[in-house]
Amino acid sequence: MSIGARFPKSDGVAKADGSGIYADDISLPRMLYAKILRSPHAHARIRGIDLGAALAHPGVVATLVGAELPAKYGVIPWTQDETALAVEKVRHVGDAVACVAAVDERTADEALALIQVDYEVLPAVLSPEDALEHPEIKVNEKAKIGNITKHVHLQFGEVDEAVASAAAVARETYRYAGSTHVPIEPHCAVARIDADGNLTVWSSTQIPHYVHRELSRVLGLPQSKVRVIQPLLGGAFGGKSDPFALEFCVAKLAMKTGRPVKILYTREEVFYAHRGRHPMKMDVTLALDADGRISAVDNKILIDGGAYASFGLVTAYYAGQLLTGPYRFGTYRFDSYRMYTNKPPCGPKRGHGSVQPRFAFEVALDEAAEKLGIDPMEVRRRNFIGEFVETVNGQKITSNGFLKCLELVEKASAWKERHGKLGRGRGLGVAGSMYISGTAYPVYPNEMPQSGVLVKLDRSGRVAIFSGASDIGQGVNTLLCQIAAEELHCDPYDVTVVAADTDLTPVDLGAYSSRVTFMVGLAAREACQKLAAKLRAAGGSTFAEACQKAEAAEGAPLAAAGGYRTQKLGGDYRGGTIGASPAYSFTAHVAEVSVDEETGIWKVERIWAAHDCGKALNPTLVEGQIEGSVYMGAAEAQMEEMVYNDKGLLFGPSLLDYRIPTSLDTPDLDSYIVESNDPGGPYGAKEAGEGPLHPAIPAIANAIHDACGIRIRELPFYPQRILKLLRERGRRGEERVAS
Amino acid sequence: MRPSVFIRLFVNGEEHALAVPAQRTLLEALRYDLGLTGSKQGCDKGDCGACTVLAHERGGKGRGEAILSCITLAQDAQDLEITTIEGLAGPQGLDPVQRAFADCGALQCGFCQPGMMLSARALLDKNPRPTLPQIQEALSGNLCRCTGYTKIYEAVQVAAGLREPARRAPVPSERAAPSDSKAQVVKEIVP
Repeated sequence: MSIGARFPKSDGVAKADGSGIYADDISLPRMLYAKILRSPHAHARIRGIDLGAALAHPGVVATLVGAELPAKYGVIPWTQDETALAVEKVRHVGDAVACVAAVDERTADEALALIQVDYEVLPAVLSPEDALEHPEIKVNEKAKIGNITKHVHLQFGEVDEAVASAAAVARETYRYAGSTHVPIEPHCAVARIDADGNLTVWSSTQIPHYVHRELSRVLGLPQSKVRVIQPLLGGAFGGKSDPFALEFCVAKLAMKTGRPVKILYTREEVFYAHRGRHPMKMDVTLALDADGRISAVDNKILIDGGAYASFGLVTAYYAGQLLTGPYRFGTYRFDSYRMYTNKPPCGPKRGHGSVQPRFAFEVALDEAAEKLGIDPMEVRRRNFIGEFVETVNGQKITSNGFLKCLELVEKASAWKERHGKLGRGRGLGVAGSMYISGTAYPVYPNEMPQSGVLVKLDRSGRVAIFSGASDIGQGVNTLLCQIAAEELHCDPYDVTVVAADTDLTPVDLGAYSSRVTFMVGLAAREACQKLAAKLRAAGGSTFAEACQKAEAAEGAPLAAAGGYRTQKLGGDYRGGTIGASPAYSFTAHVAEVSVDEETGIWKVERIWAAHDCGKALNPTLVEGQIEGSVYMGAAEAQMEEMVYNDKGLLFGPSLLDYRIPTSLDTPDLDSYIVESNDPGGPYGAKEAGEGPLHPAIPAIANAIHDACGIRIRELPFYPQRILKLLRERGRRGEERVAS
Repeated sequence: MRPSVFIRLFVNGEEHALAVPAQRTLLEALRYDLGLTGSKQGCDKGDCGACTVLAHERGGKGRGEAILSCITLAQDAQDLEITTIEGLAGPQGLDPVQRAFADCGALQCGFCQPGMMLSARALLDKNPRPTLPQIQEALSGNLCRCTGYTKIYEAVQVAAGLREPARRAPVPSERAAPSDSKAQVVKEIVP
């Protein structure tokens, strides 16, 4: 059987031999190269732009300014607050101002230096605290009140009463630093327009459908005249889930010049495009009753959003809505503010919105349990919410393999024998989490399916699948081959996948919120099952013969469609649908760390990660998602941070200065797959791409506590921060010291 | 037109004569002039390793050392014999490193992998039975953002014939009752 097999990736050979085509590998006759001029100021009014010298520069073919593309865009229909190039104002250092197309990249770069921009520098707000304090400095006019992108306040039960009567309370402030995705492929887009006015844009995007919609709106072209194609994608992690300036610029410049146009972002520009992890300050109160049951959780969250909304409306909800498993909360309240600031916009990075509060919560849980003398593993087991239950905020949890996850990492790490017993400088920590398998509702309200798949059978026995889904490296195209083989009994190597081309493939909403396996998988299974019924009826000794007989019986080519249709889910209150998902994944990690108490230098030695993905449709791909997630989470704990100076200038927007782990910095990763067989998922599957990131950070923090008795509550866990806490511990002679 | 220089490049066993701007990097020459787009540009500053190619002095043996083509001028590469990812496979098909990367799930997005595989090839050419720390050291100049490196190490070891691909079986979880009877049971949701 094909489902559950370790089937090699369908695009593996093309990626291994160098023949695979990514956006920057596309080169078209007469293609121009364009470059974007970016703001040196965090906040400034544009009084004028003089393009004369740039246009006169030999080799320059066209220029573009914001006034030519004034329509605002954004994936979330209620917070469209961006323009392709600045109109009137720049809002962060690196904001896009003007664009030049020339015969080659270097000429375009030279021309940028000739553009004169007359700026009136405005006061800037660079922290969410400043943004609250100075509503008169308006970062983004989309904010109705001051600089607030979104404020969410939700309460479930009598939180204050539960806290007042608790046996143990942890009340602490946690700070999560901003980090960014760093896909190794920088953003790239190429546009071409034909003589009939049909526009084609190839883009390194994980949301071709939204790019299609927004290009059409901003350019004023009917959607039927715009085609978006996603070639092979060199990593995304949420960093390519907004439309970006380059897609609009190449399209408009192609329309202006009649020639193909390419933009490839420099690595520096990728840092300005950002949309990474939101910095959050979280004031957490966590109360346990005498049995160690969670009686209340209260979280005040201040979110640094940057200059544009991106998915920030959702972030403000996710920061609270996704915390209510795998443990049962007696009562719950959260209050989150997502603030505009004059910095590159934050957005959805792997584990969107919930990685930060998960860190705070899982550390606070250890802190409260410690007061009652309950083992960290035990307190998590004791608070397990169960299966087929409703969370305190009305989300419906179906299958839940969290206990098995805990059991596996407990055993693999020899927790019972080793936790608290490794001596000074070495320790173990545990943490758990849950995540959505797709968000229940489409981003823009509509009644159409969220995923569509078309399957066509050829009389040769070749199967063609047309899918709008974006393979961003996670392997959805491989999954489609496996589903076809499972249902049709064809050879999985005899399947061609045509993917992510808005002219050819049915709509899929995109590779975000861990929705793809669940929703695309169900759509593909439905389409394949329709065809399988016809093949069974036709009979035949080979697959090709069955196709021929079925086609003869049908009197027409064999094809079928499948879709994923929106289910009604979520709590019955405003915002109750955000965080609602058809299924939730669960994860547990144990991290082992070593800490040098003389220097504060510490190391993650190993992480054991067990993840309940429902059913591993391809265990190799699932392990890859777990390992990549754990790596990325550990990286945020270890070293990653977007640092700005007091002028809003990003420190070191390069891969030398913004450090990500190399092979020498990455801990040993040990992944375990747990299968709870979800009744709603395709073959029982749930998500695997984002959930496994969450517990890494708190598990590491909790392990540092086990190693040397300090509580680190601020990311990243820089050695100097650890050393400071160790010194405070030394001075006070106390066991328990915290940041 | 910009001042050009005439250069010769020896790539994947073929010699090419080119006229390129003096500041042309080897990566640009490979990608733009020779159409060998398998070498990737991730940073253009020598930080990420996606542009890695193998090179040695002309007339030397084997495929040589891993070098960064984005910080090598094309005109400085004229005395080198260069192997790109397109030149790694032979008449028998994929190199064992390529096959192992594809089979072990070491390829996710695939963008860093041409460079990664060439660094792995250079290691195995020099040291056919590397230890894990030697593999980690040899690949430390190639950044990967997808895999956490785990399956990359596995692929290198598989390519070297040191192990079989990992095959840990998924673990079923039994139906678990809620730990608290107060939790409300809802009916199963099946699309």
